[in-house]
Amino acid sequence: MVVEQRGLEPAPAQERPHRRRRLGLVGLLVLLAVASVLSLVVGARSLTPAEVWQGLFGDPGGDQRLTEITLIVQTLRVPRTVLALVAGLALGVAGALIQGHTRNPIADTGLLGVNSGASFAVVLSVYLFGLQNPVQYMWFAFLGAAAAGVVVFGLSSLGRGAGNPLTLALAGQGVTVFLAAMTTAVALGDKQTLDVLRFWNAGSVQGVGWDVIVVAAIFVAVGLVLALVNLPVLNLFNLGDDVARGLGVNIAAGRTVGVVAVTLLAGAATAACGPIAFLGLMVAHIARWLTGPDYRWLVPYAGLLGAAVLLLGDIAGRLVVRPAELQAGIVIALIGAPFFAVLVWLGKFRQA
Amino acid sequence: MINAPEMHRGVRVGGWSWVWRPWVVLVTVVLAALTFLIFCVSISIGDFTIELPAVVRTLFGQGERVDEFVIMDLRMPRALVGLIAGVSLGISGALTQSIARNALASPDVLGITGGASATAVFIVTAGGGTAIGGAMGLPAAALTGGLLTGLLVYFMTWKKGIDGFRLILIGVSVSAVMQALTTWLLVLADIRDVARAQRWLVGSLDSRRWTEVWTTLWVTIALVVVVMVIAFQLQPMHFGDDVAAGLGVRYSAVRAVLLLCAVLLAGVAVSAAGPVPFVALVAPQITMRLLRSPVPPLLASGLFGALLLIGSDLLARSVLPNDLPVGVVTAIIGGPFLVYLLVRANVKRAA
Repeated sequence: MVVEQRGLEPAPAQERPHRRRRLGLVGLLVLLAVASVLSLVVGARSLTPAEVWQGLFGDPGGDQRLTEITLIVQTLRVPRTVLALVAGLALGVAGALIQGHTRNPIADTGLLGVNSGASFAVVLSVYLFGLQNPVQYMWFAFLGAAAAGVVVFGLSSLGRGAGNPLTLALAGQGVTVFLAAMTTAVALGDKQTLDVLRFWNAGSVQGVGWDVIVVAAIFVAVGLVLALVNLPVLNLFNLGDDVARGLGVNIAAGRTVGVVAVTLLAGAATAACGPIAFLGLMVAHIARWLTGPDYRWLVPYAGLLGAAVLLLGDIAGRLVVRPAELQAGIVIALIGAPFFAVLVWLGKFRQA
Repeated sequence: MINAPEMHRGVRVGGWSWVWRPWVVLVTVVLAALTFLIFCVSISIGDFTIELPAVVRTLFGQGERVDEFVIMDLRMPRALVGLIAGVSLGISGALTQSIARNALASPDVLGITGGASATAVFIVTAGGGTAIGGAMGLPAAALTGGLLTGLLVYFMTWKKGIDGFRLILIGVSVSAVMQALTTWLLVLADIRDVARAQRWLVGSLDSRRWTEVWTTLWVTIALVVVVMVIAFQLQPMHFGDDVAAGLGVRYSAVRAVLLLCAVLLAGVAVSAAGPVPFVALVAPQITMRLLRSPVPPLLASGLFGALLLIGSDLLARSVLPNDLPVGVVTAIIGGPFLVYLLVRANVKRAA
């Protein structure tokens, strides 16, 4: 309605891409809904949608079979579906943001040190305290991701050169390199730690309890708000720092908000699922291909794509090696990466 | 008026010409001297110490019989492998970062490391792999896997020439696949095999013999000579393809050849020392800052790579506890050093 009142403005040409993008968003939401239902239905034991409905809302009564279904749906399927949605959303948004802020097409969500920080904390906690249960060492993963993020951000914002994209990327890389080496050093000395590390590295949304998911979701929610606030500024950043400064943008503040958002999003997702770095990189490029360079569209697309890909990856992982499961992180890289490479070869992507 | 100290004189010898930059030459010479010094110290330290002068005398063929045996037969191969792998990694990294125009690019992105790692882990952990490993030997098989993956990336990138952006994105995807395969194999494997595989994955200079040294040495020398000759054509390419074409550089051909050299050099390094991580990424970035050069310097990156690798090996053997693999030590030293240089540059800018 607002459009009509604008009168003679060149509305038709402007509106068509907007409508297409809006349609695309709706399409992605539908895809997500379908994937979520699939995620509840598919598994080592297949359930019909009716059974899932029963398991979600019905009263099992004394029926043995129904009780079992309720148990499967409520304690296994629902948590991993929710976590895949939350973590996928977070990783997608974080991937798009970090590429925007570093202006580097191969920047991934692990760049700011959160992945290696989480891994190192996990390894250290297993080595020092002998933790065996993922529920216990996940809290350390949170701490490690946060600590590494703070260190990288602190180091790259010292002095007046602060906010330089290249400094940020390289400082992140330096810290990542260091922490990864420390992780290896600890794991090489202790078989039990190595055993935990190899499963942690695979990246999976399975077997995570509600307590962890809720905490992760809170961090992700805060991160998403910061990310949304950051989007208009990010558009200006991509005109170049000088132009942005000329337009009155506070570079350091904008960069800070963006980096904090990435750290929160990627850190929470990584702590809950393990390092799934390639997902964010991949969906950021695909989102840019679909929407163009406007970050106000690109970032929501990347988030929804991330959630969809992680969900589908998780579902595929349950199907390929039945009755066992393949971790979602591995599936995404094995199936997603070749697909992505083909898109690259076809020339679908452009530099930020 | 042009400020005199800002100007650097040109030097011309026959058909070749370059700019005389005293600071660059000075740092490069210092790096070379340091590398030689660490090389000698690395040889002198072992189960028993040989004095440095004796080491140098022996290296130049004037030493005593006993020293000559210990140095030439026992310690030299290890040090030389470190030197070769370091130089190859440094130059390969500098080439990759120049061609991709991306500071985060490294030969890891070219798929070499990922391919070699996946192959090695397959051989160590999977049942059928043991047969291949027995027939070829682990290093040879890993090298084959790495080179095949590298060439796969190379040809997937090829589409009327090589484009830096396409190169890194395809390289990152292929590396992601290889890494996922590695992780998968590790998840499925027996934990004892995992420990063995993990040890190989970080790279090491242990138990080297002369037979392994000679091939890698000659291949490296040949590749480095090719790179250094073509490097004259690389310089204008930093200004972009159009400028390079205007200056008469056939940038497409130059890029293709140099990238192939980068792939092969990374392969040489993997065959010599295993997939030592991070040296190739860190060495060009650190030398850029030491040399105050706007682009990754080739020769100095190679020297710094060697310095980092031999130095880390020396530290791992002499100072650090429980025999850490050299790949871990390079990262523990290289990562923080890079961060230090970045922070120092930032703080200086404030002053």
